[in-house]
Order: sequence, then structure tokens, then C-alpha cells
Amino acid sequence: MAKSIDVADLNIYYGDFLAVEGVTIPIAARSVTAFIGPSGCGKSTFLRSLNRMHEVIRGARVEGKVLIDGQDLYADDMDPVNVRRMIGMVFQRPNPFPTMSIYDNVLAGQKLNSKRMKKAESDDVVERSLRSAGLWTEVKDRLDRPGSGLSGGQQQRLCIARAISVEPEILLMDEPCSALDPISTSVIEDLIHELKTQYTIVIVTHNMQQAARVSDETAFFNLSGVGKPGRLIEVGRTEAIFSNPQEPATEAYIQGRFG
Amino acid sequence: MTTTLSRPVDVFDELRGAQLPSWGPRAVFGLAVVVGVGTYFLGLGVFRSVVLAWFICLSVPLWSLAIEGKRKATDRLVTTLVTSAFGLALLPLISILWIVISKGSKVLSTEFFTYSMRNVVGPGGGIYHALIGTLLITGAASVMSIPIGLFTSIYLVEYGQQNRLARWIRFLVDVMTGIPSIVAGLFAYALFALIFGDGIRLGIGGSVALSVLMIPVVVRSCEEMLKLVPNELREASYALGVPKWRTVAKVVLPTALAGIVTGITLAIARVIGETAPLLIIAGTTDSVNMDLFKDRMATLPVFAYSSISSPGFPPGPSIDRAWGAALVLLIIVMLLNLIARLVSYFFSPKGER
Repeated sequence: MAKSIDVADLNIYYGDFLAVEGVTIPIAARSVTAFIGPSGCGKSTFLRSLNRMHEVIRGARVEGKVLIDGQDLYADDMDPVNVRRMIGMVFQRPNPFPTMSIYDNVLAGQKLNSKRMKKAESDDVVERSLRSAGLWTEVKDRLDRPGSGLSGGQQQRLCIARAISVEPEILLMDEPCSALDPISTSVIEDLIHELKTQYTIVIVTHNMQQAARVSDETAFFNLSGVGKPGRLIEVGRTEAIFSNPQEPATEAYIQGRFG
Repeated sequence: MTTTLSRPVDVFDELRGAQLPSWGPRAVFGLAVVVGVGTYFLGLGVFRSVVLAWFICLSVPLWSLAIEGKRKATDRLVTTLVTSAFGLALLPLISILWIVISKGSKVLSTEFFTYSMRNVVGPGGGIYHALIGTLLITGAASVMSIPIGLFTSIYLVEYGQQNRLARWIRFLVDVMTGIPSIVAGLFAYALFALIFGDGIRLGIGGSVALSVLMIPVVVRSCEEMLKLVPNELREASYALGVPKWRTVAKVVLPTALAGIVTGITLAIARVIGETAPLLIIAGTTDSVNMDLFKDRMATLPVFAYSSISSPGFPPGPSIDRAWGAALVLLIIVMLLNLIARLVSYFFSPKGER
């Protein structure tokens, strides 16, 4: 059920400011694609344009095509709300809903849309989602407690459980481990390995080792200069990018000479 | 072969500083209290003995300047000044509470709460009609102001943000905040006089006047509360495929609920004591009037005002009833504040401490 993404010549704007220019990239289904690059090069902006979260910001707009299994996300008759139901997202900082219990947080996608579910059915969804997110054993006895009482790593896994409980086709992760300790990070990386059998995963990371550990494909973004838009420099198999980059900028970044 | 260091250097000596004995400041403040109370009983008068005691307290910074140096002396001086300013600010509050409670509490009785002033001359009677009037008029004002104010603030924060309409609304709300209450009363009177002719007195007119005063307060406090809701929560909701209106209704409002309820309660407390607009448009009466849409209606502040300004003969009982009404009004406002506290305690999101 996972879907592939094809981006063709995408320009992303904040008002009149061109933030990301001319990105063309294929993303395969049931794989992990990592975006790496220095700060401010447009990785997160590009990620957010893949589920139309970019346009939530005032004045933000996009030119070009994002095709999900051949369907253009930015076609006139596309409803951004439906797009976001199909393409889930995990954010940099864990953001469970503070007014909801752990149980309700997992079911937030259904509850907020007032979807009616039988108790047994919703119990089932909660258990399945929390198990996939690797959180079930830790929270199964306190599902009625507030989600904000969990530790940072647990909260982030709760957010992942929340994202996958609505059964999206694609999961976007915006630096999901940058606010976490090494142990929580490794738990989430293991989780990404398991999830990729069912979902197409796109992950933004500042951590090159993490990209090397979790991803099948890696895309390197860079700025061509201060005030200039970010660009996709190179994309390829992760081993190839890390061992034999084609572009000098990629090599310089991977070797830690800048960034 | 051993060399002895003639004087071991104590490095910590440089870290130490001269200090007043810990009992010093306390002794001075004790002395100040003793002198103040003593001179009061010797017949110096309240004001003079307080000032005398205050000047004695000022000797602590001077003493400190001599022993501890400039920095600590400044610290003690400013501490003294800030504490005195706090005491000075507290003075009117305590004095109001003291006078209202001491003068108002003696008329509180079952009769006072259950009887109107109909056909009462001299002692007896009560504030039942004014209490009902205050609750009805303020209740109707809240019913009008809360939806308008809340929806305005939702528009400002969630939809308008910085566009031109939102900027104009913000500006006009700020202007509305500054409307004198008498002008709000005149507005309501003019409005109803246009419809029903001159000399009209209606309870609902009072509600309109109060809501003119209440709406800007509700808008401003709700706007601040909605702004405090982290944007991450809105984004989390959008990313789950939740439409904007559901995000506002089910994520933003519940998260801000405690603050919103607190703000609304305080806005009610702010208008419940208004006198001037109600004097103009709601008038006053001695009888119970349960109908907001017909005839004059008494309210607690107007009742207190008219009981003092035209007490009849003998004036004593009427003036006592005015103090009683003032005390009841004060109790209502304090209850509202207490409710606001409880609501913000019980409704605020848990587990973030």
C-alpha cells in the first residue's frame, strides 16, 4: 500500500522569497530516503511541501509537481486535508496534545475527525499503533494518563504511533531524533527499519551517521550562497553517496569540511 | 632543610565580606514597631508614628553602608523601598475591605436576601430585587459578550492574523477598551430611545451597555490565551488530516480553555460593579422585576448609590442597607475570582509540571 513520490522541478516560496529551487527527485516506495545538508538549505521546507504542510504558513506557495503514484498533489482538485491524511508527519519536537490521554493521543487522527469507532476496534488500533511504535510495553498500564507526562523519547514514539494509527501511505519525519538522547534515538532508528516494510519513509536529519545508518537513499541539499535558494545537489544510494560522491560539495560536507 | 611559610595565605579571606549580624536588621525593625506603637499610644497620631517608624527602618541601609559597603547597602535600601511601596498599595485594599465588612455585615440576614424594598419605610426590607436585577442583567450581558468576544478573538488569532481587517478590529477593540462606562450607558439609552421613545428604562438596555464594556475585555484576554497555544499543536493536528475548523474547535480551544474561562470570569467581575450606565438605562425600583424586557430594574450598585443619595427619613437604615449591598457585591466579585482560580487549576492541561 505504500506509495512512491516523484518530484519534478519544484520551486518553493515564502512570499516572494524563493527558498528552494528546481528540485527533481524520485522517492521509491517502501524505502527510507534521508535528506541531509547544512542548516537553512531547505530540507525541512521541501519535506513540508510533500504533504502540503508548507502552505499552512502565511504567504507560502509552491510551483512544480509532486506526483504520488502519478497523482499531482498540487492539482486544483486536490484537497490538502485529504493529502495530509494519506501522508503522515512526525515533527522535530515531540508534540503530543496536552489535553489528551495517551490513548486519545494515539487515536487523535480519528477523534479529531469525529470518526465513530467501536470500543473494541479503537482498543485494537491503539494497541497495534503503540506496538508498531515500540511503546506498548512501556505505557500499556497507563493509557489514561496524559501524554505530556512521558519522557521525550517516549513522547516522540507516541507521536509516531499517532501518525501511523491513521494508516498513511507515506511517513515524513522532520529531524525526529534531534531533541532526543542516544538511547531513544537508537530505539527510533530501529523503529524506522521496521516501519519501512509497510511505509515509504522520508527523513530529514542533521546527523550524517544517522542518515548512513537508517536510509536506503540519501539526498544532499545545499545553498549556493548566502540569500540564494537551496538546491538538491545530489541524490543516490546511501552507500554511493557516502563512499563515492559525485559532487565536490557533497564530498566536502560528508567529510565534515563545512556544515 | 624545611622552610616554614611564615604566614599561610587564606585565599577564602578574599571571598568573605563584612556582614551585619543576622539579628541586626530584625532588631531595627522590632525597634521601629515598638517606637511606632509606643508613640501612637502616647498620642502622636497614626500618620506621624508610622512615618517615624519608617524612618527608623531606613537606618538599616545606613548601618549597612558603614559596615558592608555600597552594593549591599543599595540592596537593603531598595528592599526597604519596595516593601514599603507594597504596604502602601495594600493599604487602600485592606481599608476598603475593613470598612465594607464592618459596616455591611450587621444588616446581613435572611430578610435582607429575601425581601425587596417594596412598601418599606425605615428599617427592614432587603436587596432581593437588586440581587435578581444584577444577576439577570450581568447574565444577559455575558450571553451577548462571550460569543461575540470569543469568536472575534478566534478570528483574530486563527484566521485574520495580520491582515488589514484584523488590524482594524484590533485597533477598534483597543478604542472600545477606553470607552468611559457612562458613554456606554448613553449609547444603550440612545439606542433604545430610538426604538421605544424617550424616557425608556429597560433591564436589557443595561445588558447592552455592559456588553459594550465587556466585549473588548473578553476579546483581548481570549486573544492572549489563544496566542499562547503552541503552533506545533496546530501543525500536529493539520498533519493528521484534520480540517482547520476542527483543529480550532478540538485542539486550540480545549488547550486554552482554562485561560479563556479565567479571562471571561474576570471580565464579568469587571462589569458587575458598573453603576453609571445602569443608572441611565436600567434605572432603579423598589419592586422585584424578573422581566429584562419590561420596566425598570434595580441592581446592587445602583441600589447602593440611591440608598445613600436619597436615604429618606430616618436615614440610618437606608445607609446600612447601602453598605450591605456593597458587601454583597464585593462577595460576588470575590466568588467570581475564586471560581476563575479553581477553573484554571482544574482545567489546565495536566502533566506538564
